Amino acid sequence: MAIDTLPATTPPRASGQLQRTDAPARRGRRRLTLTAWLLLVPSIVVLAAAMGYPLVWQIITSMQSFGLAQQFGKPAPFVGLENYAKLVTDPYMWTVVGRSVLFCLLTAAITMVVGVLMALLMKAVGRVVRVILQVSMLLAWAMPIVAAMTVWTWLFDWRRGVVNWLLTRMGLDFEGHNWLANPLSFFAVALIIVVWMSVPFVAFSIFAGLTQVPDEVLEAAQMDGASGWQRLRGIILPMVRPVIAIVMLLQIIWDLRVFTQIKMLQDRGSIASETNLLGTYIYQLGTGSSDFAMASAVSVFVLIITIALSWFYVRQMLKEGA
Amino acid sequence: MPARTRRTLLGVLGVVVALIWVFPVYWMVNSSMLPNAQLQLLTPTFLPFGGSFDNFTQVFAGGTFLPALGMSVTVALITVVVCLLFAFLAALAISRFRFRGRTAFVLAILLVQMLPAEGLFIAQYKMMAGLGLLNTVIGVSVIYIASVVPFTIWMLRGFVAGIPADLEEAAMVDGLSRTQAFMRITFPLLAPGLVASGVYAFLQAWNEFTVALVLLPDNASATLPLWLRGFIQASASKAIDWGQVMAASTLVAVPVIIFFLFVQGRMTSGLVSGAVKG
Repeated sequence: MAIDTLPATTPPRASGQLQRTDAPARRGRRRLTLTAWLLLVPSIVVLAAAMGYPLVWQIITSMQSFGLAQQFGKPAPFVGLENYAKLVTDPYMWTVVGRSVLFCLLTAAITMVVGVLMALLMKAVGRVVRVILQVSMLLAWAMPIVAAMTVWTWLFDWRRGVVNWLLTRMGLDFEGHNWLANPLSFFAVALIIVVWMSVPFVAFSIFAGLTQVPDEVLEAAQMDGASGWQRLRGIILPMVRPVIAIVMLLQIIWDLRVFTQIKMLQDRGSIASETNLLGTYIYQLGTGSSDFAMASAVSVFVLIITIALSWFYVRQMLKEGA
Repeated sequence: MPARTRRTLLGVLGVVVALIWVFPVYWMVNSSMLPNAQLQLLTPTFLPFGGSFDNFTQVFAGGTFLPALGMSVTVALITVVVCLLFAFLAALAISRFRFRGRTAFVLAILLVQMLPAEGLFIAQYKMMAGLGLLNTVIGVSVIYIASVVPFTIWMLRGFVAGIPADLEEAAMVDGLSRTQAFMRITFPLLAPGLVASGVYAFLQAWNEFTVALVLLPDNASATLPLWLRGFIQASASKAIDWGQVMAASTLVAVPVIIFFLFVQGRMTSGLVSGAVKG
């Protein structure tokens, strides 16, 4: 792989060194480079328009002060890092950040444990049961997120939801229990939903990894007297560790940005300020209170965390495929 | 424990887990066929005996489904077509050429692909509002194309790289021009990749909620996810007709489930290919 220091946005054409040399080989190379960049132009243009421009706008806006006057067209004054300082000292921001991180880590951890167990189960059962499991996982995975949310709100409906019915039948008093009224059970419901949606991807990925573990190795270990647990810990888990690592990283990145689930549960009448995570908080700041400066500052914060977390994933992907 | 008993127990466990996992999907379809009066009984009805498609008829009669369907189909088709075209050209560049800036570009698309919609949607809202593109197909499509194109490039890159350049060169030795060689040799081999990436792009655009919520505030321009959300919202004041909501959800979910089963294998391997190969 060629090591390259040119930034993505500088067409190599502009490089003076290449223009000065005239060797035919160089010229051929230059033409190739030019062709390649021409092929990239459409993608770059659309990315610059839909992501690049908003990103720059957002960074600038996060350093301005937005108030009522700006809504009537007055230019926003530049305040430097004041918004960020305000964020850092705002206890509510820390509540939201803490809540988001806690929710993200807990959800990702449970998803991983259930996903790994599910993959092991798929490996352990016979073909028929495996297909049944896989079809069920695929159906759950395929559900559009908004449709999944309407079903889950129906399942957890306080009046006629199946969950309350079942718990009441089991002898607990859940008759008319409203899960979404209390922030703690609100997040418990959100967690169950997110885990339900995320486990299939984890299970299938890890199952794919498990099928790469050679049977001979496992048989050899068994003949040497390794118990099932020892084989799992000593052979299987180390061999699928790279998959587990990358899937877990993706889960953390994805769970940090849960928006649709929280927003749609909030729609059912929960108090937003008690149930906001980062995504819904930005949404509320931007569309509810039109405080674009603060919304931008929180957004930039979220982007920085995401990029930091993604770095390892991106490096891993580059290593194998670029 | 004898191996046979163990196997049977694991099999039973597997089936039970499968049933639990699929239950919400089943419950959606089941409820969609039951009249609301029956759904309001104290004891749930677990099988749709005596059910009907009345809920679906009512959803259609509401008159809002078809416009939302039209909006969703338009946006999804534009996203798929434009995205495939752009991503195909880019995938060609990064898998067929070794050029300066290539690694930087790949790095950039991998990073952009990870950016959360919530990290940019307020800025995108302001931009589209400034351009007068709120509530328009163009506005939301541009954002969708940009958010789907990076992963599509990544997916297609694998397919293009999987077709040996030698094939093309052999055809060129036999007298075809570079373009002809590409169109006759590489392109047909690439078709499955294009279909898989196209379905992926379609699903993303079809299911997307966050950006649509911000860029399409007007009910008249709602896509299906927004329309579906409106169902539980609109009826917030009165009791919700869950039968209708579930019928509406089924209508939104069924095409997705069909397409998804089709493309699933490719998506998993695209996301974790390096790790699985290990």
